[in-house]
Amino acid sequence: MDRGEIMSYFRRLADLPKEELLAPGHRLCAGCAASIIARLALKATRGPTIVVNATGCLEVATTIYPYTSWRVPWVHVAFENAAAVASGIEAAFRIMEKKYGVKKPDIIAFGGDGGTFDIGIQALSGALERGHDFVYICYDNEAYMNTGIQRSSATPLGAWTTTSPAGRVIPGKLERKKDLIGIAVAHGVEYAATASPAYPLDLVNKVRKAIEVDGPAVLHIISPCPRGWRFDPSETIEIARLAVETRFFPIYEVEKGEYKINIKVPKPKPVEEYLKRQGRFKHIFLPENKWVLERIKQTIEENWNRLLELAGEK
Amino acid sequence: MGKVVGLMGDEAVAQAVRQSNVDVIAAYPITPQTIIVERLSEYVANGELDAAFVPVESEHSALSCCVGASLTGARVFTASAANGIALMFEITFIASSMRCPIVMAIVNRAFSAPINIHCSHDDTVALRDASWVHLISESVQEAYDNTVQAFKIAEDPRVLLPTSISLDGFILSHCLERIEMLDDEVVSEFLPPRKAEYKLDPEKPITFGPLALYDYYFEFKRQQEEAMRNALTVVKEVAKKYEEISGRKYGTIKKFMTDDADVVLVCMGSAAGTARVVAKSLRKEGKKVGVLSVRLFRPFPTEDVRETLENAKAVAVIDRSSAPGCVGGPLFEDICTALYDLPERPLTYNIIAGLGGRDITPDQIKQMYNIGFKYIEKGKVEDKVLWIGVR
Amino acid sequence: MLKGWKEIPIGGMILEPGNSVNFKTGDWRAMKPVIDKSKCVKCLMCWTLCPEPAIIRHDDNSVDINYDFCKGCGICAKICPRKAITMVPEGGE
Repeated sequence: MDRGEIMSYFRRLADLPKEELLAPGHRLCAGCAASIIARLALKATRGPTIVVNATGCLEVATTIYPYTSWRVPWVHVAFENAAAVASGIEAAFRIMEKKYGVKKPDIIAFGGDGGTFDIGIQALSGALERGHDFVYICYDNEAYMNTGIQRSSATPLGAWTTTSPAGRVIPGKLERKKDLIGIAVAHGVEYAATASPAYPLDLVNKVRKAIEVDGPAVLHIISPCPRGWRFDPSETIEIARLAVETRFFPIYEVEKGEYKINIKVPKPKPVEEYLKRQGRFKHIFLPENKWVLERIKQTIEENWNRLLELAGEK
Repeated sequence: MGKVVGLMGDEAVAQAVRQSNVDVIAAYPITPQTIIVERLSEYVANGELDAAFVPVESEHSALSCCVGASLTGARVFTASAANGIALMFEITFIASSMRCPIVMAIVNRAFSAPINIHCSHDDTVALRDASWVHLISESVQEAYDNTVQAFKIAEDPRVLLPTSISLDGFILSHCLERIEMLDDEVVSEFLPPRKAEYKLDPEKPITFGPLALYDYYFEFKRQQEEAMRNALTVVKEVAKKYEEISGRKYGTIKKFMTDDADVVLVCMGSAAGTARVVAKSLRKEGKKVGVLSVRLFRPFPTEDVRETLENAKAVAVIDRSSAPGCVGGPLFEDICTALYDLPERPLTYNIIAGLGGRDITPDQIKQMYNIGFKYIEKGKVEDKVLWIGVR
Repeated sequence: MLKGWKEIPIGGMILEPGNSVNFKTGDWRAMKPVIDKSKCVKCLMCWTLCPEPAIIRHDDNSVDINYDFCKGCGICAKICPRKAITMVPEGGE
């Protein structure tokens, strides 16, 4: 597989620091990708960093009082406002650096897809427009997992959730997923990218690149959820890789408006290989739901072609 | 000492914030608060105030931004009104529970619908249980003085709770008044830069805002209750210190001719001035009337209220907000509760008045007093809740 | 012993970073990863992608499992390019 040119702050896994800024003892489910993403993101930091966390699995399971897994200053305020809280922290440090000589740390905000695509989209839009210097990382498990697998606007077409059930009349979610990176790019952010934990070097280098940007940067990282997607916890990374290899979740970056596909996937695997591994898509293999499968394929093709066009590869 | 200037209420608040060495202001415009944020952004743009002005995209983000900023140890201010307060409601409870000493000006405006831009106290009273210290202003001078004091109250280590200062929309916010402003240096000395013990600091990583369930949540609420009790003392201490620099006296309540009064009118905000004028003229007619205006809405000064009202024969309470389905308006319920333990209670009745910016006139206040005298004569209250000034 | 309101920091703050290491999640495990060190090529894939983290990385990039925290998800066994990690039933052989 052609990996494109991935900017390398870290060339090998051995280059990643040993220090664990996210401590074990957290209560995320076995096989959860959210903690892999958070752990790797913290390994990519360049110095003192403050983490802001929207309400969600990552927040809840890492800070069950009186325990915390965070070894960096960490703050959770609410569900929809991680970007606004990060704005306040950034603005405060900026002025205090000037007034009192306090050194401004880097700021990373984590939000799930519900906290980012849905309820937090306004706060995120505001923060991006105002140009605060922070990195926003959406770990996207494609539904409200913390409350029990409800549909979000990041849930992909065809997927079962508890509020987009696979019924006899409506076979799962029939709407497409929002284009988060497109939204970020429309704000003129200097750096936006997708990533997958199945490609950890790509992921950490993107996090560092986002941190190095002076201004806001957005990362959209696929976060397979064994519980909500209905697969065995051991398969998290395989699923995260198949999402890329089938072009279901393309890996690309947008630097100053220029799109670049980082993982090219010239010969995609059939999407069925990805879908069949997950219980949330089980119903689309029923004969009467064949049209849903067709629509998924069509969506993938359209998205990929659009991406090729944006990247000037078409 | 200081200087005499003509300022509108909003301008006076903005001047006080400028002098208070604020680090971060995050606010979203809403009538009638807009002049505050316009002035503050001008001060920042002209270099008269060394602060970050964050022009957020909503009130929800305004207060969220304030919480983040406050947790870094910065001194933080915001301002809002009515629907803006309603939109930030979620974060008002979080700000106090996370012990962020944010100061917010509430420029009182009626809740929609119908949409209205004028004064009701809906927004302040909506936050009565949010664990904020609430200071109420009767005049532009008080709005200025309360703002400066609010930072000192909020940031006191015994308190560490957000503090609001309320001023009646338009009646005060847009009313030009002669006020005495303190010198910049005097306020600077009164309010040196904030020193936060707990903050977002990479040298000493703290986790703020975790999940706490039935094993610990309760304990944090008890801590807040203690902070509120402490606030009652701190408000008085700060008032004393403020008197030393300003010569102006503040307490938890303001009393006017209450000592021997038969009928006392209780109210909050600008109506108090009108009430005092009416009381004075009724006294000339030989009617023993007085006015108690509440400056500290939360923590509620129960003892001070009880002591002031225990000898009255009748107490009328004006609520400038309605609470359909409740026993009475929110201030009325507080007053009644404060009086309940007295061996001999005055007759109490509630008046809903001045909603949506309708004037509370001297004639109406005279009527409110007269109702009290009528009830005293009959020995009982006939209508517990009266709507006065409504057609 | 649970602490009273006067004994804990205000506002829910947790002052000890990373104190979740005092909460062992190893007892969640049903299956247990076992490393065959003769097959390990020190690629660090398992260390990189462990969600806990429950893989100890030594100075020479060899690895061990920290069973105090390993929840037995089996990601390490699945992604090991040399199949040096196998999952065995907890408490069994």
